[in-house]
Amino acid sequence: MLGILRQKVSFGGSHISIVEQSFLRIRPAVNASRGYTSAAKEMTVRDALNSALDEEMSADPKVFLMGEEVGEYQGAYKISKGLLDKYGPERVVDTPITEAGFTGIGVGAAYYGLRPVIEFMTFNFSMQAIDHIINSAAKSNYMSAGQISVPIVFRGPNGAAAGVGAQHSQCYAAWYAACPGLKVLSPYSSEDARGLLKAAIRDPDPVVFLENELLYGESFPVAAEVLDSSFCLPIGKAKIEREGKDVTITAFSKMVGYALKAAEILANEGISAEVINLRSIRPMDKATINASVRKTNRLVTVEEGFPQHGVGAEICTSVIEESFEYLDAAVERIAGADVPMPYAANLERMAVPQIEDIVRAAKRTCYRSVPKAATA
Amino acid sequence: MSPAFSASSTKIIQPLPLSTTRSHDKPLFDPLKSTSSSSFLGSTLKLRFNSLNTSNHPYPRRRSAVVAVSDVVKEKKLKSKASFSNLLITKEEGLELYEDMVLGRSFEDMCAQMYYRGKMFGFVHLYNGQEAVSTGFINLLKKEDCVVSTYRDHVHALSKGVPARAVMSELFGRTTGCCRGQGGSMHMFSKEHNVLGGFAFIGEGIPIATGAAFTSKYRREVLKEADCDHVTLAFFGDGTCNNGQFFECLNMAALWKLPIVFVVENNLWAIGMSHLRATSDPEIWKKGPAFGMPGVHVDGMDVLKVREVAKEAIGRARRGEGPTLVECETYRFRGHSLADPDELRDPAEKAHYATRDPITALKNYIIDNNLASEAELKAVEKKIDEVVEDAVDFADDSPLPSRSQLLENVFADPKGFGIGPDGRYRCEDPKFTEGTAHV
Repeated sequence: MLGILRQKVSFGGSHISIVEQSFLRIRPAVNASRGYTSAAKEMTVRDALNSALDEEMSADPKVFLMGEEVGEYQGAYKISKGLLDKYGPERVVDTPITEAGFTGIGVGAAYYGLRPVIEFMTFNFSMQAIDHIINSAAKSNYMSAGQISVPIVFRGPNGAAAGVGAQHSQCYAAWYAACPGLKVLSPYSSEDARGLLKAAIRDPDPVVFLENELLYGESFPVAAEVLDSSFCLPIGKAKIEREGKDVTITAFSKMVGYALKAAEILANEGISAEVINLRSIRPMDKATINASVRKTNRLVTVEEGFPQHGVGAEICTSVIEESFEYLDAAVERIAGADVPMPYAANLERMAVPQIEDIVRAAKRTCYRSVPKAATA
Repeated sequence: MSPAFSASSTKIIQPLPLSTTRSHDKPLFDPLKSTSSSSFLGSTLKLRFNSLNTSNHPYPRRRSAVVAVSDVVKEKKLKSKASFSNLLITKEEGLELYEDMVLGRSFEDMCAQMYYRGKMFGFVHLYNGQEAVSTGFINLLKKEDCVVSTYRDHVHALSKGVPARAVMSELFGRTTGCCRGQGGSMHMFSKEHNVLGGFAFIGEGIPIATGAAFTSKYRREVLKEADCDHVTLAFFGDGTCNNGQFFECLNMAALWKLPIVFVVENNLWAIGMSHLRATSDPEIWKKGPAFGMPGVHVDGMDVLKVREVAKEAIGRARRGEGPTLVECETYRFRGHSLADPDELRDPAEKAHYATRDPITALKNYIIDNNLASEAELKAVEKKIDEVVEDAVDFADDSPLPSRSQLLENVFADPKGFGIGPDGRYRCEDPKFTEGTAHV
């Protein structure tokens, strides 16, 4: 077992309200797999999101941010730090604790001409507002035959954090991605965060932007063009993070980091893995995934959410439908455990995919013998 | 003939645990002494705006004491003989109101006919009996003001200016409908006339309306469009007033002083659930002062009373003084929808409200006060009949949506369909618009 480095992650200065012990968690060292590049300015995901919001709000006065604690508290996770001072309380709106109410207000404002960014403290709370996200945002352009478009962004942290329990740990990618009329994005690195958030704010359709709380403090190197204020990533295109020729591993959000680590481990054992960062869950870049599988002939999908009807299910079926003859092995699907997230640290570790699970699945597709399940 | 606007017409029929004597000879209670927490103090005098409770508010607020509508009418009637200067409306306004209400009624009756002939399908909810509310409010709006409604939205759309042809075609599911047949009865949208829907979930429209009002205020204050004083009206029913979103929006609208009027069409029934069985305190107007906005109750079967209240409420919103909650006591003559057998309502209650038909009341008022003759009113009715017939013919002759329409308008940006197996955006495939592309 490779030693996992304990990494101190730097925050933006103030403490995080909900996850106090997160800096004690063992984190994989992100930069170990990247070479040192000449354009090596580092940026945390938090700063990337903050700068993207800042630039879009200054470029278009119709963009405003609304959510709980986004203003005076500087954001529950400090994503909107400094925005209240810069843009004032009319554009950075602190709301009462009424998800259904303020999400609906955001949708109504979008109907009538503004470009809201609605922040959910976590996407678990979006369930209180899901009626507005689906019924009044996603479906409106269709129901009104194109008269009313809804240029709104719903953003917030998604998926498991550290020890926050069952009601704060669900991944909503599969639920929102099932609904026509929504675009669902999930960034991994700072470049993804910046580019996709800017694209989402500029997009004329409702976008669900799934961040990850544990990634906020992680630093990634960013090239100079990423820092440009007109930098944007296309919605609906995946990124091949690492080229390979033996097995395709697809992932999104935090799992991309795990997949890259797994690819390192596999490389030492002679398996060359291609890691695809989905970036966009809906519309999903099935073209890239299929092209990759046709090259490698093996597929492992990784996600944090519940296994049934998950993102991995959709990818596997798409590959089976379109590239069946190219598969040399059964498709492998790795997802979170089919249980509500437990609290105990060791159980939580078992409920979320770990790097070893990805390595084992990749080896299975290559017909290497592996132990069937993780040891507790 | 029975006078249309007498004091007795403002009585609420259902038995209340509180004292129900409502005499207009009682002194209008001093707003300085009223607090929103007092439940019995003058609670039966429903025709007053309940002023804001300032007892625990740090900032002094201006109390607005608006005299109730029926008192205005009564005073005007008592003061002198009816003459043009004392009437609430001019002849042109009267005819406009009459025409709007008759259009609403005839249109809905035609919908029922068409439904039973199979031209219309699904859920259709008719507005018969409630026309005074729609006409009374929407007639006072500008084109840029917004209306947000529920599934009982045909007449709101018509009053706001959506052509009868477009609404009828939409109901028939034809491509010439206001939403090209993609919305249906419950989802009337019109960007041109600022009808922001048409929502099937009750309570869903209230935050949307609050958001549109938020946009109005934002435009004025942040985008500096100084003349943007657009008002939003949110229409919803008595059942919705027990829903969480209603209270959330009352709070935020009052907190941020948004230019919105919350119009409750209290027709006493939510499908088969009586308002009294569902609500702990059935007087909905009282919920306004609890959040710091005026709450008004008005007789919703009387278009002139509704219009007077609407003028004040919309004026308040336009001036930037904040939201108002208006409860209109009204009644729907038909069932909840065309599929509702309507067995639970007492026929005596229905008969009672039938005598208070708002169209008949306005007709009597117009004739009694010599604003127009019977012949002129008959001419209006005939004209509306022709409009509705023409709408039906137009809808009948309109084509069904083509196959390619199925995939259109899911996104404003069509690249939302993603990338196809050939690596290009699916919407760029020439077969996409024909509906034959594999998605």
